[in-house]
Amino acid sequence: MDSTTIIIGLASVLAAAAPVILAVMGETLSERAGVINLSMNGTILLSAMGGFAVSVRTESLFLGFLTGMVIGAAVALIVAFSSITLKQSQVAVGFVLALVCRDLSYFLGNPFMGLAGPRLPGWSIAGLSEIPVIGTLFFKHDLMTYLSFIVIFFSWLWIFRTRPGLMLQGIGERPAAAFVRGANVNLMRYVYTVLGGAIIGLAGPTYSLSVKAGWKGTISGLDGIGWIALAITIFGGWNPLRAAFGAYLFALLQWLGLVLQPSLPNIPSQVLQVAPFPLMILTLLLVNIGDAEWVERTLASLPEPTRRFFAKAFRAMRASPPAALGVPFERD
Amino acid sequence: MNSRWVNIGFQLAALALALLFTTLILLAAGAPPLEAYKNIITGAFGSFKKFSDVLVSWVPLLLVSAGLLVTFATGLWNIGVEGQITLGAIATTWALRELQGTSLPPSLIIFLAILAGMAGGALWALLAGALKTFGGVNEIFGGLGLNFVATALTIYLIFGPWKRPGVASMSGTVPFDEALHLSLFPGLRLSPWALVIAIMAIVVIYFLLQGTYFGLRLKAVGRNFRAAYRLGVPTWQYMMLSFLICGALAGVAGAMQVTAVYYRLIPAISSGYGYLGLMVAMLVNYQAIWAAPVALFFAALNIGSIQLPIVLKLDSSLSGVLQGMLVLFVLIVEGIRQQLSRRS
Amino acid sequence: MKVELHGIHKYFGNNHANNDITLNIPAGTIQGILGENGAGKSTLMKILSGFIHADGGEILLDDKPVFIQSPANAIQYGVGMLHQDPLDFPPMRVIDNFLIGRTGGLFPNRASVAREFKLLAEQFGFFIDPDSYVDVLTVGERQQLEIIRLLWLGARVLILDEPTTGISASQKEKLFATLRILAGQGKTIIFVSHKLEDVDVLCHQVAVLRQGSLVGEAKKPFETKKLVGMMFGKEISLGARQVVGQQGGVLSLRGISIEDTRLKIKDVDLEVHAGEVIGLAGMEGSGQGSFLRACAGIVRPVDGRVKMRGRDLTGKSYHVYKRNGVEFLPAARLEEGLVPGLTLTEHFVLAEKQSGVFIDRGRGLRLAEERIKSFNIKGMPVSAIESLSGGNQQRALLSLLRDPLSLVLIEHPTRGLDIESVIYIWGKLKERCKQGAAIVFISSDLEEILQYSDRVLVFFSGRVSQPLDASTTTVEQLGQLIGGKGWAS
Repeated sequence: MDSTTIIIGLASVLAAAAPVILAVMGETLSERAGVINLSMNGTILLSAMGGFAVSVRTESLFLGFLTGMVIGAAVALIVAFSSITLKQSQVAVGFVLALVCRDLSYFLGNPFMGLAGPRLPGWSIAGLSEIPVIGTLFFKHDLMTYLSFIVIFFSWLWIFRTRPGLMLQGIGERPAAAFVRGANVNLMRYVYTVLGGAIIGLAGPTYSLSVKAGWKGTISGLDGIGWIALAITIFGGWNPLRAAFGAYLFALLQWLGLVLQPSLPNIPSQVLQVAPFPLMILTLLLVNIGDAEWVERTLASLPEPTRRFFAKAFRAMRASPPAALGVPFERD
Repeated sequence: MNSRWVNIGFQLAALALALLFTTLILLAAGAPPLEAYKNIITGAFGSFKKFSDVLVSWVPLLLVSAGLLVTFATGLWNIGVEGQITLGAIATTWALRELQGTSLPPSLIIFLAILAGMAGGALWALLAGALKTFGGVNEIFGGLGLNFVATALTIYLIFGPWKRPGVASMSGTVPFDEALHLSLFPGLRLSPWALVIAIMAIVVIYFLLQGTYFGLRLKAVGRNFRAAYRLGVPTWQYMMLSFLICGALAGVAGAMQVTAVYYRLIPAISSGYGYLGLMVAMLVNYQAIWAAPVALFFAALNIGSIQLPIVLKLDSSLSGVLQGMLVLFVLIVEGIRQQLSRRS
Repeated sequence: MKVELHGIHKYFGNNHANNDITLNIPAGTIQGILGENGAGKSTLMKILSGFIHADGGEILLDDKPVFIQSPANAIQYGVGMLHQDPLDFPPMRVIDNFLIGRTGGLFPNRASVAREFKLLAEQFGFFIDPDSYVDVLTVGERQQLEIIRLLWLGARVLILDEPTTGISASQKEKLFATLRILAGQGKTIIFVSHKLEDVDVLCHQVAVLRQGSLVGEAKKPFETKKLVGMMFGKEISLGARQVVGQQGGVLSLRGISIEDTRLKIKDVDLEVHAGEVIGLAGMEGSGQGSFLRACAGIVRPVDGRVKMRGRDLTGKSYHVYKRNGVEFLPAARLEEGLVPGLTLTEHFVLAEKQSGVFIDRGRGLRLAEERIKSFNIKGMPVSAIESLSGGNQQRALLSLLRDPLSLVLIEHPTRGLDIESVIYIWGKLKERCKQGAAIVFISSDLEEILQYSDRVLVFFSGRVSQPLDASTTTVEQLGQLIGGKGWAS
């Protein structure tokens, strides 16, 4: 394989990862505020179908993407309402919504199966796309891929560099302290969950109107993407940059799987698809491993320098979830 | 706000809302709602054979729901149950493959294979439990991850070591010899053994949870981990045991799929029964007595909607929509009820 | 800024937590607020700082009546509160903690904020690195951060809730110096504490709360005796004390050291005999909780040996202690002791030794009825435990104790209960003593401590007194020790 093919391949990785990036960024925002939106898998499918359907009917790509956002926001609103106002379990509601939205997408999408719809056209950025290597990698994509780059940047910027973003971190870590500093915790949770949901809702149409154009129902290959995105969000440690890295890594592994397929005929590509999950489990293990009692006891019995080394190592590896994730906020 | 009639009123409201929304969705899809419902009912209960198909679907669902009642009693979200079914199926397939050439009588082979399935599911569940107990990994994410690993394992086996001679195919491994099929009722797809095992399972679980000290201790762990410990319950052991029990039952469900339904290992062997079981358990509010009828209802919806694509050109996921709406509205209505009673 | 509270009332259900409290605090002074646990200090401070709203009365700042809606609103008025556990964000950096909550543009200028931070910190001699994470700071440093943050936001009234718990002596000195400087600048400091020594050294005037009311005020110089009298009440007439003969040793603690997040208890020895009652007195958070739990194996001491009837159980789990005849009853009944959702009968069934696989409902019911009668619990065997009143929950908790026991460890056995229940419950406990059990209990009620204990240990900031003979100790002596006075250095 020569270098041009590799570069084109890598560019395709960036494009293929765009929807996952969008989903992961949306979920990261929501979880930063303390709300898990477990419905991701369903939301992506439903917004993919909905966006495609509207797009076919109205012949407008814009309306298609808008529909996706609205669907994502609506589902997230249900999650927010059930967990913030009704104080029901976020896991229960999100999980059920994941299943319902998936089945809804198959059911309502039935008439649209196999239809040809509008496709998002490519949009090479004049001038910049001529630059060798970089041009092909970053500037010969379509709108949604560019949007995914922008969303990564703005998510990072918002959370870590703006005043409201700092408050967002605070709300997720210790709502009581955020409350004391003037945050309307529950309102903010609603806002970020719905906003996150809207961004997740963009991922679906990015598939059905671009990356995997069309709607093919149960064989669309989209079922499961939401769970993968969830795993990547956790691997990403609630940090947009690290999460983006995870998403690109996943897309890269998928691409490698395809590329190397001929040389490894016995191993189907689905096996590589699984990669985010062991990584997620590993991340979660490392988050908590320093705290487990048996670890503390074993550490205590080690000689001092070794103990200090391990303690430091555990600290560095921690990707702590926002401490108040999943916990309803009561003013008292 | 807590009287029995008020409660029943709220449940019925949830049911009504679910039906209402599903009807709205049918209308949105341009389909005649009453026709659709009628077709589902006839699809499930229209003939004896159709009803027996409902029972075929009921078996794994009932097994899984029974197991989940145990983990829910212990306060656990065993999302990994889907993978536990898969590992049960894999273990059963492995046992059948190993034993099929030997001189053991077929019924013994099947019996051992089902036991292997039980062990496979139990082990996979213990893995999720160990991740939680020793690694602090929440069982939701641990289970989710293990589900996907289980699916990948299945595909690897189907396309790799266990592939059909010639071209490996998505239709699974080589089907087992008829002698190794679990015997069926004549003319039906339903196996009497499967039915008996499933019913026994729910009965055992019911008594386990209602009438034994073990069940009471599990409930204590689920409702208040610390107090249960203070009262002397070995909490972590009980958590692991409940994973074990649920995994074992899920494994049996997987074994049933292999020996009584598909007669081989296929990629989606768990067929979503794990997630469906979670919904059944949520809907019956973790009370064992309602598990069997609700599971039957869900199975009927599934089978009943199979003919929708043919008769009305509707996708059969309508059953999933109705099932999900039911659980969703039960949750929301319950939440509203709690908030209202808190205010009063 | 002058602070006035006029006729503040606050009810929590039937509990009249603040009863007609009127207080005038001149600007530029340090006001001490003294009182035992449950006196109403935190409620009053929560009202002033905007966490809760008063049911009656008004607040005036600089002669203007104000209605403080929320903590954020309070700081707008210039009232800031430093909580005992500072409300900060441990996983985040100091500079971000400082920044969050201050209104301003979309993009904060960290460099200029860091400069302002350093300036403020230097004014008071605080040395905190703005780039370090809050969770590695000591409690004292976190306090310093919070103080300069509140000052930066324009606080002119600073409320400090038990600030000297868990900080080093040098940090305390720095804190006091800071508070004096601030008072000198015309700011008003409200210092809530139970430590008489600190109040003595620092405050210009003191107000004492007891059982929701303001029982007295005093100006510098303070008379310890008077303050203690106001805090804990005068001599109480104790009923006839039941003396149970001392028998063999039950619990033996040698060289026990316990480390908590805020406290260190060092090198305590104690021998508890069968039939004896030991009371642990002291303000909450002085170490009694950890100490009691160490006797049960729930907390592991960092040094020392715990022996039950001669058997060394150091480091073993609570279940091992249970097998050796020890039981621990927590104060947080519904959170740690009882299982909401289970009925009374089910609790009894759980706590008993069980034989067989299936629950013997008949036996369970008989057991429940017997216990309900014997402990006078107002509830049915089928009542859900959370539907019982607090007093009945406590009786239920007690009734779960097995027979026979060697050691009963109870946190706050009669907190929030009526007199009748108190007497009844102690009657039951004393019965156990006659059977040979020893009891160690924690209580904030000095009357209870002196009435029912044979010996008393006082806890103050992790220090443990020598066992005092309850029959010869006065309320005043106890009060002084609890307030930190009269300890041999």
